[in-house]
Amino acid sequence: MRLEANKLRFRYDRRSPWVLDGVDFSVSAGERTAIVAPSGFGKSTLALLLAGYLSPTGGQVLLDGAPLPKKGLCPVQLIYQHPERAINPRWRLQQVLEESGSLDSAVLASFGIEEQWLDRFPRELSGGELQRFCVARALMSGAPFLICDEISTMLDVITQAQIWNRILAEAEKRGMGLVAVTHNMALAKRVCTSVFDLEKQEYMAL
Amino acid sequence: MKRHWNRRRKVVLYTVLMALVVLAAFAYGALIPESAAAPDFSQAKLPPSLAHPFGTDWLGRDLFLRTLKGLSVSLTVGVAASLISAVAAVLIGIAAATGSRAVDGVITWIIDLVMGVPHTVLVILISFACGRGLKGLLAGIALTHWTGLARLIRAEVLQLRSQPYIAVSRRLGKSSGWILTRHLLPHLVPQFFVGLILMFPHAILHEASISFLGYGLPPEQPAIGIILAESMKYLSAGMWWLAVCPGLLLVAVVLLIDRLGENLRRIVDPYSAQE
Repeated sequence: MRLEANKLRFRYDRRSPWVLDGVDFSVSAGERTAIVAPSGFGKSTLALLLAGYLSPTGGQVLLDGAPLPKKGLCPVQLIYQHPERAINPRWRLQQVLEESGSLDSAVLASFGIEEQWLDRFPRELSGGELQRFCVARALMSGAPFLICDEISTMLDVITQAQIWNRILAEAEKRGMGLVAVTHNMALAKRVCTSVFDLEKQEYMAL
Repeated sequence: MKRHWNRRRKVVLYTVLMALVVLAAFAYGALIPESAAAPDFSQAKLPPSLAHPFGTDWLGRDLFLRTLKGLSVSLTVGVAASLISAVAAVLIGIAAATGSRAVDGVITWIIDLVMGVPHTVLVILISFACGRGLKGLLAGIALTHWTGLARLIRAEVLQLRSQPYIAVSRRLGKSSGWILTRHLLPHLVPQFFVGLILMFPHAILHEASISFLGYGLPPEQPAIGIILAESMKYLSAGMWWLAVCPGLLLVAVVLLIDRLGENLRRIVDPYSAQE
């Protein structure tokens, strides 16, 4: 499978400047690509477009040559930078996970999720703990492509390592395609097989 | 040490008081036979006393019992009208927020229109068009009181819809109906109940004022508006209790429910929940 952005252009309305102007990007199943650029170059916008959260103003996002499906499980799942906004504050965390599939305690343990957290509400957990739920939810859906938009920026290094190791193991096992949006070149080099510089719009040598 | 009354405690107190009032009104309204408030000319025109806490009227009817009867009518009208209004408000608000731009435009326009016309005028017109009586009054009040809550619900749903977790849910393959019932509706429950309770005193006051003006309930029904309207003729004869006692009781009940709703709203509202 191959996820590609074809001459992708995006702006919020007709009078505002282009956020993205003719971006070509692609990632295949089994590939792990980092998107790097300074702030304000549209990294997150590109992530939202690739996962179908926004519709492009011009160009296309194609999965194996066809547009992303509008209904049903989207084969491209996105994990946000801010987990507390991606979880319904009125839901217990058990419900949050059940939204994407049935629970399995072995799987939960591998994400570092403790059994007792499942009964709690999101405000009773820290950002790092919540992010594990977001990652678990995205991975449990079984989607073949995962886009991580600065998912570990606000976490301590131990949690970062834990979450990334888990994602890498799962990606390896299932042959998933991974896109990691990040500022952190060290992380990009550690996690990904290639790096795309959105500022210059070219792939960089690792 | 002075006991601190925080908002939650106040809400409990108001709820208990309101339950007492409602129970008293309904129990009295249902249990006391018509004959207890029957005319008795030997007891006519008595000022308030222990035997007749609100005094008696020019026919010798006990005003306290009549007022309670009237209150039970008012509460029935209030409950029915505000329930209809609140349910309609939620449905209309959701329709406006989730429908197409045209649907939203039309609904917002109707809300502005209904809000633009003074309630009393609109209630009188609708009540008159529906043939007055209980039905006309209910229709009048129900059709005019949904606007504020509908606006609130619309804004709430619009704000909820832009939340990332809704987008995530859609990308996880959930249908619009699933998202509506699991994600959106639970957020609207507190708004619904607060709106309902705050609508309630409005509905009662409108019922009383429209009946007072003669466009609502028929004169033989002991509604508070009717009692007040009839008492007008006797005020100049010095029978002040005919208007003061039922009027004060009505105001007390309305204030009680309003305080309950207001305190509840402040607890639910995240900006004042931490006070």
